[in-house]
Amino acid sequence: MTDLTSLGVKDIRDGVAKGDFTAREVAEAFNTAVAEAAALNAFIVTTPDHALAAADKVDAARAAGETLGAMAGVPIGMKDLFATNGVQTTAASHILEGFTPRYESTVSQKLWDAGAGMLGKLNLDQFAMGSSNETSYFGNVTSPWKKAGSNAAMSPGGSSGGSSAAVAARIAPAATGTDTGGSIRQPAAFTGICGIKPTYGRCSRWGVVAFASSLDQAGPMARSVEDCAIMLGAMAGFDPKDATSLQMDVPDWEAALNSDLRGKKVGIPREYRMEGTDQAILDSWEQGKAWLKDAGAEIVDVALPHTKYALPAYYIVAPAEASSNLARYDGVRYGLRDLPDGVGLQDMYAATRAAGFGDEVKRRILIGTYVLSAGFYDAYYTQAQKIRALVARDFERAFQECDVILAPTTPTASFPLGSMNEDPLTMYLNDVFAVPASLAGLPAMSVPATLNADGLPLGLQLVGRPFDEQGVLNAGLAIQQRAGFTAKPEKWW
Amino acid sequence: MTSYRIQGATGEWEVVIGLEVHAQVTSNAKLFSGAATAFGAEPNAQVSLVDAAMPGMLPVPNRECIRQAVRTGMAIEAEINRWSRFDRKNYFYADLPQGYQISQLYHPLVGEGSLLVEADEKAGIAQDKVIGIERIHVEQDAGKLMHDQHPTMSYVDLNRSGVALMEIVSKPDMRSPAEAGAYLRKLRAILRYVGSCDGNMEEGSMRADVNVSVRKVGEPFGTRTETKNVNSVRFVMQAIEHEAMRQVDVLEAGGTVVQETRLFDPGTGTTRTMRSKEDAHDYRYFPDPDLLPLVLEDDFLAECRASLPELPDAKRKRYVEVLGLTPYNARELTAEVETFARFETLLAETAKVTGKGDADVATQVANWSLSVAPGVVKALGDEADLANATAAAQASILAMADKGEISGGQAKEIFEIVLKSGRAPDEIAEAEGLKQVSDTGAIEAAVDTIIAANADKVEQYRAGKEALFGFFVGQVMKAMQGKANPGVVNQLLKGKLG
Repeated sequence: MTDLTSLGVKDIRDGVAKGDFTAREVAEAFNTAVAEAAALNAFIVTTPDHALAAADKVDAARAAGETLGAMAGVPIGMKDLFATNGVQTTAASHILEGFTPRYESTVSQKLWDAGAGMLGKLNLDQFAMGSSNETSYFGNVTSPWKKAGSNAAMSPGGSSGGSSAAVAARIAPAATGTDTGGSIRQPAAFTGICGIKPTYGRCSRWGVVAFASSLDQAGPMARSVEDCAIMLGAMAGFDPKDATSLQMDVPDWEAALNSDLRGKKVGIPREYRMEGTDQAILDSWEQGKAWLKDAGAEIVDVALPHTKYALPAYYIVAPAEASSNLARYDGVRYGLRDLPDGVGLQDMYAATRAAGFGDEVKRRILIGTYVLSAGFYDAYYTQAQKIRALVARDFERAFQECDVILAPTTPTASFPLGSMNEDPLTMYLNDVFAVPASLAGLPAMSVPATLNADGLPLGLQLVGRPFDEQGVLNAGLAIQQRAGFTAKPEKWW
Repeated sequence: MTSYRIQGATGEWEVVIGLEVHAQVTSNAKLFSGAATAFGAEPNAQVSLVDAAMPGMLPVPNRECIRQAVRTGMAIEAEINRWSRFDRKNYFYADLPQGYQISQLYHPLVGEGSLLVEADEKAGIAQDKVIGIERIHVEQDAGKLMHDQHPTMSYVDLNRSGVALMEIVSKPDMRSPAEAGAYLRKLRAILRYVGSCDGNMEEGSMRADVNVSVRKVGEPFGTRTETKNVNSVRFVMQAIEHEAMRQVDVLEAGGTVVQETRLFDPGTGTTRTMRSKEDAHDYRYFPDPDLLPLVLEDDFLAECRASLPELPDAKRKRYVEVLGLTPYNARELTAEVETFARFETLLAETAKVTGKGDADVATQVANWSLSVAPGVVKALGDEADLANATAAAQASILAMADKGEISGGQAKEIFEIVLKSGRAPDEIAEAEGLKQVSDTGAIEAAVDTIIAANADKVEQYRAGKEALFGFFVGQVMKAMQGKANPGVVNQLLKGKLG
């Protein structure tokens, strides 16, 4: 019998439907794999019973001859930013430790409705703020990958680092991620898996702990383009409870997958050729062009002139929104309350937040509070919004010349945990290629391309027009078919 | 009538007043959540996950609240902004679960409009005056802290958290407490006509922040203070009076007025410092990223406009010009929704019963509605069962009076019995003998008798002592036991006396 944990979303769904194995067998196999992988620290809590209950439901539905959902029998990991009814939801923070919502996020509910089950709540950077998974209150996530000749613990990327580590380690066939400024794509690239951030508004934000509302988007992380297409289809859709939700039908992305790119133009943005980018990354980018050309696409140069301002603008807009979004964590209604003897409300706020928020979260609240302050608002927030509009206009113009944009996902491969903590700016720079598409709200995906000389995965990024997830997935599929990326981390945990 | 001035030691001071009125929008649900809004519910019984700011919860605008604010804007003939936006006002307090209030600082829903305050000698307003309105924006209310539930802790009630408010900001156009009071009453009437706010100040559905400054006539505006959350027309007028006097005293003593937020104490009618400008929050306003800009479509605006009722000014004008009422009566009848509603119902009923046009009976119905009927009700006190005062019953009384079947006094007596018993007016008139005699024969007989019995007085009258006419009327009426139609009596007497 196949090792069930080697299977992805499509294979599990189809195998369960055909009766090759039961959903329960799949859930049990993954529950065991999760239990054995504690060393990765990918999960904050595990929920084997949830996975089994969902599997039993699918098996019973199949026995009764009912139509099975798009994710039937697939147990997944749920990033701990999604509220899950009756299961602790922390955003990897101390301030929400022990918080158990009585409601289910729209995205997770849609996945359960499609027949998926939950293996557990995945670790992440605290409040999704970080690019290495080192800001979690519940400890770092360690990547399953090792640098050749080194035993150093590597970063799985962030903020969806628990998700990327779990999927790469085959302890989950797929996981949810959220992407504010690269939090799906960068960890996917670091761990040799796929991840897509859809157009802003495709996936409901209802029930997702907010970081930066105008940027946050949920998306799937899995090991193939097909799996991402299937899972995104189950996550997306209009939600009247989210005022920024797109009122559009969800296409059948899986059915329309097509790697024949004849007649398509792929844009290469010259501004992404930045100093400090690894040569191996630049080489893989060249390789990517060749693959897409081979798939029939025409390669064209495009200009995204405001690219260099995108990252600074992002680090104004995102913290500004975060400073306001996180104000609700005040110790009054739920979560941590630190109430020293005999103090009043203001002191309770201060004590609770001092104890409940990590350093990176505090740093961003301070930045955000500063840029919104009287006297600084125009110089920072207003300017950043203007840049954001210019970045979006860059893409709009570029998409008059091409159908999809190809770029590296990150300027470097994964790095050892603890190696980038001196200066937060160095860490922020890791998202330099990911942030522009976030500011413009565009669909963007990372697909694995190759391994570098150290044996670490490198990803390629595809950015599409608004609502054109299909174009992104199709180009991703063309790369996947040509890259033949089958490398997987050697099990050490 | 001269302008309102404060006589200081150094001369006359003028008061400059602007009002920011917070009016709770009439809606079954809150501005951004589906939670209910009824007054007086158990604490925290009307709180949704959104109102409690649970993690991941999102606001979704309530169309009805927006509609009501737009209709209100149209009622003050204001510019309606087809594109507006919600901003977050950030500050920490236990009654504000999100840590911010969703409001509209930069792009309000409603722009400039105006409101007419009518001349009212009694209230000290010499002439009609148009008060400018700067803007109306919609925003969320906060919750309520309860400090009297526990010796060392405060409790939080979030029932009001997220309830929709309209903030209606006037220009600094008012110059006396009377004008401010009249503005508030008029605004309240418009809101109630439109149905966008119940105007109930006791329940907190409407409250005002009062901006006051003083200056010597002709000089630029002085520094203003803002007195928060004043919740009755009388208190607003008191707060202005006190605050203006206080500022004059400060200035005349050589001091300066500090720009600050003050509180009104209804017990003493005075204001005191709440916080000064130095302690003012930096609210860090920015566009709410959870909400898209609010764009109003033509259809929506057309529906809002079509749903507007006749408004106070138009109604008052029609009452005078079409119904022929006095300006005073027209103003009294249009001041409150209940008053004009009762009047119009009774007018329609009376016109129907008498078969006359509205304008032919309007004055009679207006006098009845404003003075006769309330007088009877008041005199009866607890004995009156107002449920008996149906439009049909009152119209029936008015119709009998109109035909001359009953006198004014009899009308009152019949109404009194109606109120007490609920019996039908025509039946009462018959059974109680409350009808006046218009039968010329009976009256003529009485007239002849009186003339014959008072030959001396007839002589005097005919010699020019016309004041005696009243004596003859009185005698005839007495003989008829007060039931003769006075018109007929007059007519016959005039004829016979020559």
